[in-house]
Amino acid sequence: MASAAVIPEREHYLNQEYGIRSWLLTVDHKRIALLYLMSITFFFFIGGFFALLIRLELLTPAGDLVQADTYNKLFTMHGQVMIFFFLIPSIPAVLGNFLVPLMIGAKDLAFPRINLLSWYLYIIAGGLYLHCILTGGVDTGWTFYTPFSTAFSNTKVIEAGLAVFIAGFSSILTGLNFVVTIHRMRAPGMTWSRLPLFIWAHYATSIIMLLGTPVLAITLVLVVLERAFHLGIFDPKLGGDPLLFQHLFWFYSHPAVYIMILPSMGVVSEIVPCFSRKRIFGYQFIALASIMIAVVGFLVWAHHMFVAGISLYSALVFSLLSYLVAVPSAIKVFNWTATMYKGTITFSTPMLYAFGFIGLFTMGGLTGLFLACLGVDVHVHDTYFVIAHFHYIMVGGAVMGYLGGMHYWWPKISGRMYPESWGRLAALTVFLGFNLTFFPQFILGYMGMPRRYWQYPPEFQVLNVFSTAGSTILAVGYVLPMVYFLWSMRYGKIAPDNPWGASGLEWMTSSPPPTFNFEETPVVTWEAYDYANIPAPEEVPVER
Amino acid sequence: MSDSPAAVESRDLALRHHFATQEQQRRAASLGMWLFLSTEIMFFGGMFCAYLIYRRLYYTEFAAGSRSLDVTLGAVNTAVLICSSLTVALGVRAAQMGKRKLLVVLMLLTLVFGVAFLGIKGVEWNSKFKEHHVPGTSFHFEQTALDGKPIDPQHIQLYFSLYFAMTGMHALHMIIGVGMFLYLTYHSWKGRYGPEYFTPVENGGLYWHFVDIVWIYLFPLLYLIDLKK
Amino acid sequence: MFDNFPLWPARASSGAANVDALYIFLVLLSAFMCAAIFTTILVFALKYRRRAGAQAEQIEGSTALEITWSVIPMFIFLFIFAWGAVIYFQERTPPRNATEVYVVAKQWMWKLQHQEGPREIDELHVPVGRDIKLIMTSQDVIHSFFIPAFRVKQDVLPGRYTTVWFHPTKAGTYHVFCSQYCGTSHSGMIGDIVVMEPGQYEAWLSGGTSVPLADTGQKLFAQMGCVTCHRSDTQGRGPNLVGVFGKPVALEDGRTLTADENYVRQCILNSREQVVKGFPPIMPVFQGLLSEEQVNALVAYIKSLGAPQPGQTTKNPSEAALQEPQESKVQ
Repeated sequence: MASAAVIPEREHYLNQEYGIRSWLLTVDHKRIALLYLMSITFFFFIGGFFALLIRLELLTPAGDLVQADTYNKLFTMHGQVMIFFFLIPSIPAVLGNFLVPLMIGAKDLAFPRINLLSWYLYIIAGGLYLHCILTGGVDTGWTFYTPFSTAFSNTKVIEAGLAVFIAGFSSILTGLNFVVTIHRMRAPGMTWSRLPLFIWAHYATSIIMLLGTPVLAITLVLVVLERAFHLGIFDPKLGGDPLLFQHLFWFYSHPAVYIMILPSMGVVSEIVPCFSRKRIFGYQFIALASIMIAVVGFLVWAHHMFVAGISLYSALVFSLLSYLVAVPSAIKVFNWTATMYKGTITFSTPMLYAFGFIGLFTMGGLTGLFLACLGVDVHVHDTYFVIAHFHYIMVGGAVMGYLGGMHYWWPKISGRMYPESWGRLAALTVFLGFNLTFFPQFILGYMGMPRRYWQYPPEFQVLNVFSTAGSTILAVGYVLPMVYFLWSMRYGKIAPDNPWGASGLEWMTSSPPPTFNFEETPVVTWEAYDYANIPAPEEVPVER
Repeated sequence: MSDSPAAVESRDLALRHHFATQEQQRRAASLGMWLFLSTEIMFFGGMFCAYLIYRRLYYTEFAAGSRSLDVTLGAVNTAVLICSSLTVALGVRAAQMGKRKLLVVLMLLTLVFGVAFLGIKGVEWNSKFKEHHVPGTSFHFEQTALDGKPIDPQHIQLYFSLYFAMTGMHALHMIIGVGMFLYLTYHSWKGRYGPEYFTPVENGGLYWHFVDIVWIYLFPLLYLIDLKK
Repeated sequence: MFDNFPLWPARASSGAANVDALYIFLVLLSAFMCAAIFTTILVFALKYRRRAGAQAEQIEGSTALEITWSVIPMFIFLFIFAWGAVIYFQERTPPRNATEVYVVAKQWMWKLQHQEGPREIDELHVPVGRDIKLIMTSQDVIHSFFIPAFRVKQDVLPGRYTTVWFHPTKAGTYHVFCSQYCGTSHSGMIGDIVVMEPGQYEAWLSGGTSVPLADTGQKLFAQMGCVTCHRSDTQGRGPNLVGVFGKPVALEDGRTLTADENYVRQCILNSREQVVKGFPPIMPVFQGLLSEEQVNALVAYIKSLGAPQPGQTTKNPSEAALQEPQESKVQ
């Protein structure tokens, strides 16, 4: 885990203590962040592996690679692993855990032991889910719709449901920690209006984690009870309503998508000012937009149910509210763009990921307008159009934001620079591979190809082949950073405290930081994004 | 009392390294507990939502199911919990005032009330098992009509499903609460809590009050739907 | 449109063009927004790229700009919302006198029953130029009936009816997909909708020896003993059902419901929750004793009582006042 002997013998959080116990029983938020980094990377590759199998099957119209039941498990587990074990923790549990105390000038999060507990809950949940995969898997679709999940599926629904339930508590505890930390542990002078937008984004995310996740938890409990003890809350034969499940499920799962995107937006809000050498445009509006997304995001869930059998008037209300929630996201895109105006822009890897994010999130967001539109949604609901839309946001948006953040803060986390050329190459590969994979799916969807289809009519094949080709390129783009980040830990150039000349308290301590973050508690007397007073680095670090 | 060696030691130990002052630590813990309770509200909220919807749809069955519960035992349990909240509140006060012996007594009383609640609940559930009111294959509700309105044997299972899910989830929270108060009783006896540091007692008390409040909603909603002679 | 690289399915219903028009508008709008934003970013990235001696200008923000680019999108969104809402409203309001077809979905096939009698599996023959309404239910899990060429889709639920309607405009054979994941052969639950010219359709209809659905229902009505209480000549122990379909019904518990398909279905399967005012709750429960197809037949029969259906003769010619049934509001 520690780097080779080139680092001067200064004590920091990585070399302060060695041994597996010092990691597994750590309460240092930075070490916990790395524990999460390893675990979520592991699950990312599991989910990615399932995705590759799906795309391979879809090369041909016939179902000829795997059996139908296997395919149904593949897309279910791809979705559940990626959402619950990768995307939802990703930025908050890795970058958030690492940076929130640093950015506000604190020594740690408010509840370090609860932070560790959160990781252990994640590991228990992940272990249970792995066991589920290895002993048969689950095939309900990631959405667990009843009555299929409660009364018809022959797979390990209870196990999967319990695993997701436990993962939910991991999420709740992380959110709780962040909110209390941000409220109670800011350094002197770090007022709310001086907080980095990364912190605002995580604050909004944490509110959603706190208030939304418990609803999913109880819904899964009811599904498990129904399946195990035939309690029949959602069973139509007993007078139960399958739509009640959908309402309860989406009440969480819609805000969940904002859990997945808000942190990435926070990352972009840090990267763009740094590589434009300018204060972000419209700080208050971006902060306010984050809160608005969190609040209004709780009011739109039934836009997943326009053809499910809800009333016409209910659909009208939810469609209108869904348009309302699009506005703050649009505001952010405009503000990031405006930040570049009259800046001095460099194209380091983090900035390339930020560009990629803005482009792909814009496209994904615009296609959300199609889905919020009642007349069009009837046609494209449950088709590949929806799949393309959410992958543009989750992958084109959230994952690119995650990778951008990892590159941006890698020097701080590891004390090393990653190789810049490889970084740019990987960013470009991801961007191209992504578009080739998912753009054809918009067309496929409007043409009528439904989702979760193991086999399909032959006229859909050409676009599916493009999509699969793209996925292989995308896979390469994801493997590259893993390789060179690991490489950099031993061979990367030693990173200075502030290689990017960035604003923010995290850059005012050493790379890597000492265990208690700061030699002395900082006292903040300047505004956020104080780029007028921060000299740019002499040269942009470019390491072969 | 507040200057006993154990108390002094605990006072210094009690300030964790990442907090600047005791005050900051106490305020952080307090906010944390309130936020946690808000998640619990959302958690129980899902079941209350299902309850409200099905009660509106199948009122007769809910009324019949409700009448089959033992209101006396339920009322006794309600009184038990309210008393336990009283002992908890008094306990927090005792800690604040540094009265160790009184604190321990109150913690023990709370435990007694908590266990009594669980015991009575166990008796109630047992009678439900015996009457075959547990949903599933052996479910059988012998009453077929209430005040002239027919009782649907399927819909009444919904009532009992929610009854068991809601009281079961509540009982689980009580059990966790009992565990928590065992811990608090032990450390109260050890003299760990006093005027400078009683946060665990305060926050444990908040949790206990919350579980009590959930019961105060559950009792009328489940037991008192259609009280008529 | 583009035959080799189609961007949308065939337009074979009256509603398809409306949906496509809105879709194309959204595509153009999105393309424009993307072009605008990407070009702006590109121009800024190039024009303001780091050069020796260049200093960034610290700009705090601009409230005017923020308001502008909040309000303008909001109005555009409202416009799109309204346009989409109108289309949706049309899609979910079947016209009166639409020809009805009953659909029962099960893992993993579609069973369709024409009112005139013919039954089909995984195939639906319909004539061009007529309003067709599907009344659908599921025997097991949630399915969804999706016809891309018509731009319509509706989830099919167990325990209740849902409806979808369309007006075919172009002869041909088009896909029917199940679009709500339903288990192993979800992707095998593909059917065809065969749209025929009216003459051909009539020929197809009369090709079999099938019994009109309402007649099947009438037989069942007698067989199951319904006719003993629900008499049409005098007031029996149960309400007289002639002309009842589509009208409001006052219930014992004080509610007033409209007697639509879901109401009738609920009465047949389990009338306990819906006892009509003034009648004793003695109607037997038929849940589990009747298949979905049998329930459909009974519903069709009750609908036919007291009012002429397309292609049907009135079941009770003695009923003098022939009133049009109120439009059913089956969701």
